[in-house]
Amino acid sequence: MPVIDIVSRKNFSLTDEFMLAVVRVGAQVVQVESMEALMLIHQLAGSKQYIINTLPALGEVDVSGIKGKDAQDLQGVYQVWIQGAIGVAENGAIWLGESSMINRLLPFICEHLIIVLDAGNIVVDMHQAYSKTEIDKEGYGVFLAGPSKTADIEQSLVIGAHGARSLVVYLIDKEYKKAE
Amino acid sequence: MKVGLFIPCYVDQFYPQVAIATLELLERLGCEVVFPLNQTCCGQPMANSGFSSMAAGCNKNFVDNFKNLDYIVCPSGSCVLHIKEHLHDGNEIAAHHIRKSVYELTEFIVDVLKTETLPSKFPHRVGLHVSCHGQRGLHLSSMSELVESPFSKTNKLLSMVEGLEMVQPARWDECCGFGGTFCVFEEAVSVKMGKDRVKEHLANKVDYITSNDVSCLMHLEGILKRQKSKVQIKHVAEILNAV
Amino acid sequence: MHDTKDHAELSVEFNKNESRVDWHDETLWFVRKKRDIAVSLVPEWEQLRELGSQIKNHTLSNLDQYLEEFEKRAIANGITVHWAADAEEHNAKMLAIMQSNNVSRIVKSKSMLTEECNLNEHLLKSGIEVIDTDLGERIVQLRKEHPSHIVLPAIHLKKEDVSDTFFEHLQTEQHNYDPQYLTEAARINLRSHFIQSELAITGVNFAVAETGGFVVCTNEGNADMGAHAAKVHVAVMGIEKIIPKAEHLGVFLRLLTRSATGQPITTYSSHFHRPRPGQQMHIIIVDNGRTKQLGRPDFRSSLKCIRCAACFNTCPVYRRSGGHSYHSAIAGPIGSILNPNLDMKANADLPFASTLCGSCSNVCPVKIDIHQQLWKWRQVLAEEGYVSGSKKAGMKGMAYILSHPTVYRVAGKMARWVLTYFSSIVKIKSLNPWYRQREMPAAPENSFRQWYLKNKQ
Repeated sequence: MPVIDIVSRKNFSLTDEFMLAVVRVGAQVVQVESMEALMLIHQLAGSKQYIINTLPALGEVDVSGIKGKDAQDLQGVYQVWIQGAIGVAENGAIWLGESSMINRLLPFICEHLIIVLDAGNIVVDMHQAYSKTEIDKEGYGVFLAGPSKTADIEQSLVIGAHGARSLVVYLIDKEYKKAE
Repeated sequence: MKVGLFIPCYVDQFYPQVAIATLELLERLGCEVVFPLNQTCCGQPMANSGFSSMAAGCNKNFVDNFKNLDYIVCPSGSCVLHIKEHLHDGNEIAAHHIRKSVYELTEFIVDVLKTETLPSKFPHRVGLHVSCHGQRGLHLSSMSELVESPFSKTNKLLSMVEGLEMVQPARWDECCGFGGTFCVFEEAVSVKMGKDRVKEHLANKVDYITSNDVSCLMHLEGILKRQKSKVQIKHVAEILNAV
Repeated sequence: MHDTKDHAELSVEFNKNESRVDWHDETLWFVRKKRDIAVSLVPEWEQLRELGSQIKNHTLSNLDQYLEEFEKRAIANGITVHWAADAEEHNAKMLAIMQSNNVSRIVKSKSMLTEECNLNEHLLKSGIEVIDTDLGERIVQLRKEHPSHIVLPAIHLKKEDVSDTFFEHLQTEQHNYDPQYLTEAARINLRSHFIQSELAITGVNFAVAETGGFVVCTNEGNADMGAHAAKVHVAVMGIEKIIPKAEHLGVFLRLLTRSATGQPITTYSSHFHRPRPGQQMHIIIVDNGRTKQLGRPDFRSSLKCIRCAACFNTCPVYRRSGGHSYHSAIAGPIGSILNPNLDMKANADLPFASTLCGSCSNVCPVKIDIHQQLWKWRQVLAEEGYVSGSKKAGMKGMAYILSHPTVYRVAGKMARWVLTYFSSIVKIKSLNPWYRQREMPAAPENSFRQWYLKNKQ
């Protein structure tokens, strides 16, 4: 059995590299100092649109209600908030496990996706990501990198194919201090 | 140093000036050059058409001509690659020895003779065509597909030529489209590939196109002449031998 | 069904429109360049390729063991495992799953295996229409064409072609060529298919023996939309898609998309292990000639293929002849070493659709020696009698000439003489393909040997 002896790179800012990678895959990334700071942003998102939040820290979550919804129920979902587990600096991907998303359709069927990730959970590359992730711990999980996209028409990149049209990553970073 | 000169069949018949330049260059660099008189061909045309099974006679003739030489040098990457990969004979010991002793011209000058200067002069603007078999088969230069440090044995030698202005096309190692019998059996694609190479060199306003393989040059020359272009072909040996 | 003409004939047709060939060639070269940029950012890239190759080699040498392990764990995960010896069996089992569940609304994300098995055609005969949801696949489906590339199915089409097709089938604005507008139209149309889907078919990029699950990679999210909406999910895979451990996914996911499109990873790398509550999950594992290829020592390593199509994008012949010239589900260099295994007679032309330049082998993320296998297939095909009689006779003649030095010298002299004094015979385009678009080389009076005898002896 071949041994994976790739030495992951060291000595660079994981957060900076991750943020660059997230932007390269067509998403936005915003640093916030804490979950509390994020709560304000979440509240400002408003309630006129059909928004589903799956983070208990940001508000009440109707787990069984969300679980029970089918594609018909969810087709109008405007915005979804999900907790990410691990971020990968080399490609901007974030692991979302089934228990975080509650309903497998949520990251895909919404128009706009928001992922909340702790900056301390960023790893260098996929080797490290897999060493920290038990892929069969849950029935489903996905490494998600950016909004859905396609270049199938004459290699013109179009953001927003069948999945979410946009992705915003809120990076909770204790080290981050907003400029005065 | 005694060197056996191996000249591709179509060079012997149609481009003898390349063989002459090769011989003169090797002598200029201090080699004693012998040309085994009964050589014919390396056998590649049969083998690449699927008929390596028919190459026994050709291989035997090759072994008979070249068996007692420690260095065999040829101004063709594709012929050398073919011998290295496919020469087998009843006398397998001799065949094995030949496979280990055969060199493409620039590879021989750089790796064996370790030449650092040349008295050559060729004050012209020259487009470089990288021949596939020499490059990807014999590793005469780095390859655009791989993540590796750039190098080129051919360019190392050409940079020793006074007055020579070397120019690379944008797709610097794309195949010319000759491909042996491919050039007639898939004529449409073969010519299109050649035309695209020529177009890039013409855009660079070169006076000559050079390469390690006459097969590529023969194909490009056919297209250049059909277009009534003033651009000429010159094998690397001819440029290195220009004094 | 695919064309019965051979690659050379189909390439002649493709090359009739030179500016279109230029466009096709440049578009695919652009993808090759994106790949180059992406891999240059991974200093350990060559090491990764070597690892990918070794893992696949190891797996192929222990294939039965890993397939058994996968089956055991997949079943424990609640996945129903089906085995299909060939395309017919695959199609029959797929139909059976559909009929037993009484479904008629079916969506499919990209699966070259279903193309190989001609699944859509087979289902149509039973009155079942499958909607292909990958944008490129949907476009060619509406046009009743085959995909021309295994990753970019509609790469042979311009936006004007797509616009015309969508105008006809999706009632978009005529002459609106904006890719954004057209993609949006497809999104809205396919959304309704996803929402209503009862059964979703997906391919499999990698199946993991250790965990009994599989990974599906897409940029569009169409595999997930279907799989998570439909009450039945059927995944299909060739036996060679298996890899031993989850950690190996790290290697392959780093190799795959960079090689395919120049992206560091696809938008979605979905890991399926258990059906959601109330859902059925099936996997059909297909042989269809793969064990036969595994039994060929020279060609078994072609089964390492992870279907990235980097070889297509770099191939100067593919770029100038187009995927349809290969008259098979899998075109390009990899297709040329896989397809003869399935049908030597029908695919005898493919290994010759190459100059053996070797670029394909260099871009292959799992180091398949594609150009060496092309050469070796030529020997097999000649041996089996699939190379034309006239070519064989010509080569026999050449072999004779080249084994006899005096005959060779006479032949050479004659060739030069004819070229000098009877060039009009040589310059007949219908007889001499070289001369159609190229001048003949000049014929010198003396060969090098003659010069040598005169000057050096």
